[in-house]
Amino acid sequence: MKNTVKVHGFHGGIHPPENKKQSTGAPISIAPLPSRVILPLQQHIGLPAEPVVSVGDKVLKGQLVAEAVGRISANIHASISGTVVAIEPHPVPHMSGMEAGCLIIESDGRDEWIEHQGLEDYTQLPKQELIEYIRRAGVAGMGGAGFPTDVKLHLGDDHIVNTLIINAAECEPYITADDMLMRERAEEVLGGIEIIAHLLKPLHIMVGIEDNKPQAIRALHAALDNSPLNLDIVITPTKYPSGGEKQLIKLLTGVEVPSGRIPADVGIVCQNIGTTTAIYRAVIHGEPLISRIVTVTGQAAGHKQNYEVRIGTRFADLLDHSEVRREQMHRLIVGGPMMGITVINEQIPVIKTTNCLIAGTIEEMPPQPPAQACIRCGMCEQVCPAELLPQQLHWFAKGKEFDKARHHNLFDCIECGACSYVCPSNIPLVQYYRFAKAEIRKEDEEQRKADHARIRFEARLERLEREKIEKEERRKQRAIEAAAAQAAKKDAALNIASSSAGNRPAAASVPDLKQLKSNAAIARTKLRKAEKALANAQEKGLDGIETLQATLQQLQVKSEQAEKAYADAQNAPALQQTPTAPVTDIKQLKSHAAIARTKLKKAEKQLAAAQETGDGDIDTLKAQVAELQAKSIAAEKAYSEAESGNSPVTTPGIDTTELEADIAALQSKVDKAENAWKAAVESGSPAADKMAAGVEKLKDKLKALQDELATARASASAAPATTVDSTALEADIMAMQSKVDKAENAWKAAVESGSPAADKMAAGVEKLKDKLKTLQDELAQINAGSTAKATSDSGTEAHVSIKELKQQVSIMRTKLKKAEKLQAELPEGEKDPALDAEIAELRARHDAAQALFDAAEAEKAAAAAQQGIDLKQLKIDAAMARAAVTKAERALSKAEQDHKQTLEEELLAARAEAEKLNSTLERFSE
Amino acid sequence: MSAVLIAVLVLLGLGLVFGILLGYSSIRFKVEGNPLVDQVDSLLPQTQCGQCGHPGCRPYAEAIVNNDEAINKCPPGGQGTIEALADLLDVEAIPLDAEHGEEQIKKVAYIREDECIGCTKCIQACPVDAILGAAKQMHTVIVSECTGCDLCVEPCPVDCIDMLPIETTLNSWQWPVPKSGVELIATDRNPGIALEADR
Repeated sequence: MKNTVKVHGFHGGIHPPENKKQSTGAPISIAPLPSRVILPLQQHIGLPAEPVVSVGDKVLKGQLVAEAVGRISANIHASISGTVVAIEPHPVPHMSGMEAGCLIIESDGRDEWIEHQGLEDYTQLPKQELIEYIRRAGVAGMGGAGFPTDVKLHLGDDHIVNTLIINAAECEPYITADDMLMRERAEEVLGGIEIIAHLLKPLHIMVGIEDNKPQAIRALHAALDNSPLNLDIVITPTKYPSGGEKQLIKLLTGVEVPSGRIPADVGIVCQNIGTTTAIYRAVIHGEPLISRIVTVTGQAAGHKQNYEVRIGTRFADLLDHSEVRREQMHRLIVGGPMMGITVINEQIPVIKTTNCLIAGTIEEMPPQPPAQACIRCGMCEQVCPAELLPQQLHWFAKGKEFDKARHHNLFDCIECGACSYVCPSNIPLVQYYRFAKAEIRKEDEEQRKADHARIRFEARLERLEREKIEKEERRKQRAIEAAAAQAAKKDAALNIASSSAGNRPAAASVPDLKQLKSNAAIARTKLRKAEKALANAQEKGLDGIETLQATLQQLQVKSEQAEKAYADAQNAPALQQTPTAPVTDIKQLKSHAAIARTKLKKAEKQLAAAQETGDGDIDTLKAQVAELQAKSIAAEKAYSEAESGNSPVTTPGIDTTELEADIAALQSKVDKAENAWKAAVESGSPAADKMAAGVEKLKDKLKALQDELATARASASAAPATTVDSTALEADIMAMQSKVDKAENAWKAAVESGSPAADKMAAGVEKLKDKLKTLQDELAQINAGSTAKATSDSGTEAHVSIKELKQQVSIMRTKLKKAEKLQAELPEGEKDPALDAEIAELRARHDAAQALFDAAEAEKAAAAAQQGIDLKQLKIDAAMARAAVTKAERALSKAEQDHKQTLEEELLAARAEAEKLNSTLERFSE
Repeated sequence: MSAVLIAVLVLLGLGLVFGILLGYSSIRFKVEGNPLVDQVDSLLPQTQCGQCGHPGCRPYAEAIVNNDEAINKCPPGGQGTIEALADLLDVEAIPLDAEHGEEQIKKVAYIREDECIGCTKCIQACPVDAILGAAKQMHTVIVSECTGCDLCVEPCPVDCIDMLPIETTLNSWQWPVPKSGVELIATDRNPGIALEADR
């Protein structure tokens, strides 16, 4: 037989003993039906297939059991009929000896085909559909890597395919699977080639076959006579590795596939001979790839021959069938002796790429002798079919100079093992290359990942920066709005200040009310949210419903409290206003009395008329008259009493109560005006001067009024002093305190999150604290001032220290409160021991300060007593201190309650305290 | 005389032309920033873990280039990175500074999802946004994006984050480094063979 095309040559190559004759003696026999098959989900590079059956499902032979995922992936079909017993990791034929996901089918012994039908005329089908048909049959390259065949068949779409090469070289020793296939099923082979040729439309088809398979060549020629195909059967000299894709291309066409490219880039597509039969069976008979020819050979094997084996058959079954002598078997090799892998576990199954099992004896497959030093003989270079420098690559791989290895085209190495075969020092060269390749791939992967991570990191930084800027802008916007609102408020305050003084107390109570209202609203919203969350949780049956319910109840209580507080506050102004107008009271009483009198008269008249006419309900009328008489008498009595009671007060001509109210109003006005003025000065407003003048005027007025009051008091009996000052201040302090707390919390949060704004916040907190202190000092001064007033005649030297002490007490109180609040804010059951300790310490300090203060007070009282001052005052002061203590205690006990609630109570307590002071003042001015 | 003058003039002209060319190209092809920092940065593993004492890989790269920071402070990169850096900067490769941690096998964070309380603290800590979740919702790590930097473990209030080594699959399995047999004597490894050979 003469070649019609010129056979080229390739560099290097070796001639190992062929050992093919042993297994060609007997025809292909069909291996017995395995009792169970193990189908690895991944039998090739690419992604593992996804199982479409579940454990316990009955499957028929040829049924799809796992579906391809992605482009480089192949369908897997049941190779026997039976039951899926497991989908679990199982040892697979892989160099690592690792386990991988496998689908295990237990045979039912019937070997029942699923309904299947081939295509009557595949040439009528569009190419895409035909390729899809082949893809569905799970056909994968049966030569080496098991690359899904449909991917190669698609190459005609984007490449110009001139030459189709069918690889029948089968250059590795021992393997005869393709040889026997061609001998016995040449028609199938040619039928498959026809289908591929139909799809790729190549100009030239060549079958590359080594000259050590004369029978196969004859069979092919015989079959070709009956085939419409126009192809060249090219006989190549036997040389390992002529079956390598690139080597065969070089042999047949003289074209070298460039490094890093695929044959299709030079217009060539290669297919394995086994794959052609698989395609033929899939298209003509509709049979998916469920079996393949496997050579079982080696000196330990009883029957050295080829079997048609179901995919998934365990090696053990096959070895048993060919009566392998286990005691002689030293190594079991899957694939050829050059590129195959040694396996230990016989439970590993046959897969689509398993072409040979060699049960080698120790003489046949001796263990690799220990490697010796490289003697730089250069034989490896001479046999390398890829024209590389194996020795250099070995040095680089050994020294882990992977970059250099890469630059010496390590990735063009086909790992054929020719260099190792000829190495006189027995250096495992291929292992070194595999190791180096793996390391380089890993490095590349890491680099790729690192680049990806950097992109993500930079994107994140950018996002954070953007968010920060946005936040800052929003904050600025809010600040501007707040400033505008503040200015509007100031204007309003100025307007009010210039209007009548009678409106002041009401105006003063407005913000308080507003706050309470918003508190109530917030509580309501919280409650609603919690309710929603609870409903949600109940719907979904989530955990933690109980916790949610508890929270809801708590919120309900809080909401109710807030609303109650709001309602109380609304009612309060009315109550406060009544005692300030005793004059109107008298007037009212007078008018009441007059009305009662008129009513009585009318009723009497009616009664008289009724009696005259004799009709109507005389009795009722009589009763009415009697009632009215009583009322009238009562009213007149009340009026006269009130008049007589008031007479001593009114005689001097000035009503002290009225005066006091005036003073209070004025005082708050002055305060407000002063604040407004200060703010104006700070903001550099031009109205500041005017404001200053206004403040002066108001102060003058206040002084005048106070003077008046003093005179009135001097002449009249008693009059309560102004309390507005201290109360207002105290309220201010409370507000400040909450602000400080909030700021501190925010600051802490900021510090925790490591925000750069923490420093600024800290400064802000400091400022707020300073403000608070000033306010507290002020309060203390005022309190001290009132005390001083009370003890105006007593020794003044004691006051200073008392003042200081009181201040300390108040500071302690605030600190304690703060700590308690912190504690209250902690979730229940998660008490911070450090905080508890702090609170205890603070309380002790507070108590100590209180005690000191009390002692000082007592001292002062004694001093006062010496000078003839009433001891009662002392008692009152003590009571006041006690009130403060109880207040703190109450705050402690109600730490769970809403913050606002506590504040409110404290406000009330402070008022009570101030009133007490007042009464003292009253007594002393008596 | 005129020959000398011509030569001088020609040289002057050439000098002028090349001067202009160089001056123009120095403006036209000006490189912004220090390209060395980018090169160093590209060699670092980009875990952004901060084990080197710098707040990220780029700051460390900048410190290496600008402040002569040692190149052996990157445990995630390990010796490979040190060698690559030494190669780039033409300095001696030094062993990893154990002070900053030891080279470990690659790990990824894994959130025990049953225990996650949805606090979002780990999300804020992750430098590459590899954690998915929302407040009060379970979080999970996108394994393919995780760099194994460890930064999410510390902030977790319920300690539900584990650093698990990346599992080897068939696709990620690697050939081990071949055992060097040079030190072995044939009879030491398998005396049976030697005896058989003698017979």
